Amino acid sequence: MVSPSMRIDEGCDLDSDNSVLMREKLAVLIVDDDAVVRKVHEKLASQLKVAKQVQTETATNGKEALDLHLSGSSFDIILMEMDLPIMDGPEVTKELRAMGVKSMIVGVTSRDSQVEKTAFMVAGLDECLEKPLTADKISSLVETLEKKK
Amino acid sequence: MERNNQLQRQVALMRQSLFDQGYLDEQFVQLEELQDDTNPNFVEEVVTLYYRDSARLIASIEQALDKSPLDFNKLDSYMHQFKGSSSSIGGRKVKTECSQFREYCRTGNGEGCIRTFQQVKREYSTLRKKLEAYFQLARQAGPRGAASRST
Repeated sequence: MVSPSMRIDEGCDLDSDNSVLMREKLAVLIVDDDAVVRKVHEKLASQLKVAKQVQTETATNGKEALDLHLSGSSFDIILMEMDLPIMDGPEVTKELRAMGVKSMIVGVTSRDSQVEKTAFMVAGLDECLEKPLTADKISSLVETLEKKK
Repeated sequence: MERNNQLQRQVALMRQSLFDQGYLDEQFVQLEELQDDTNPNFVEEVVTLYYRDSARLIASIEQALDKSPLDFNKLDSYMHQFKGSSSSIGGRKVKTECSQFREYCRTGNGEGCIRTFQQVKREYSTLRKKLEAYFQLARQAGPRGAASRST
């Protein structure tokens, strides 16, 4: 099993007009059991030009995501796949909210059942998006995050 | 120089035909847009990961199709994963066949699953051959000929 991995990217140069207002760091957790999806979503997140530093971490199942939080990690955005082994997306989301985690949790799924998506939202998501994610979808998440600050 | 320009034109044409013939969709373009100087081989790396994942899933599905009676939930779960990663690299035709397979799982149609799985494998194999040829030509053409969006 692949262990959680972390990478840090320089989000944006300091010559940007918004550098004074720009946050120092954006921490994103990608939870997905598919290596292809993890790699793509991690790269998408790392390209965001909204922070001086973008830190991404990945987890391959729900339990790993939970363990990261139990060991003290926190994130601004969590991209949570619905179908995960060991502990699925809705279960982990409920646990994280019960623990008091206030991060933006975004459900990510390729399922088209509205019933399942609604159940996932009810578990504590801020939003539920269809897979595969695109640069536009991720950017709009960050816009929402910035508005909530 | 002239030879290099020719190769780059061939790469561009080959790339365009993959879209025109429906093998790839917009998601592949998303991958190309993520490729940059810090990750100059990003697209090929992702696609290579996809081959590895796919080999594992295809083997699992084959094993599951050998069992009797068929476990449609398990088959659907494997195919859901395969569809997901095919979708992530923009594998349009593979994705369509995966959806068809899942329909047969939903209706408990074993023969339909077995038949469609052959099509899934065929489309996957075709896509893989075409992408391997494309990346090989792109490498020959040099950095400017590598997987990148044409204007």
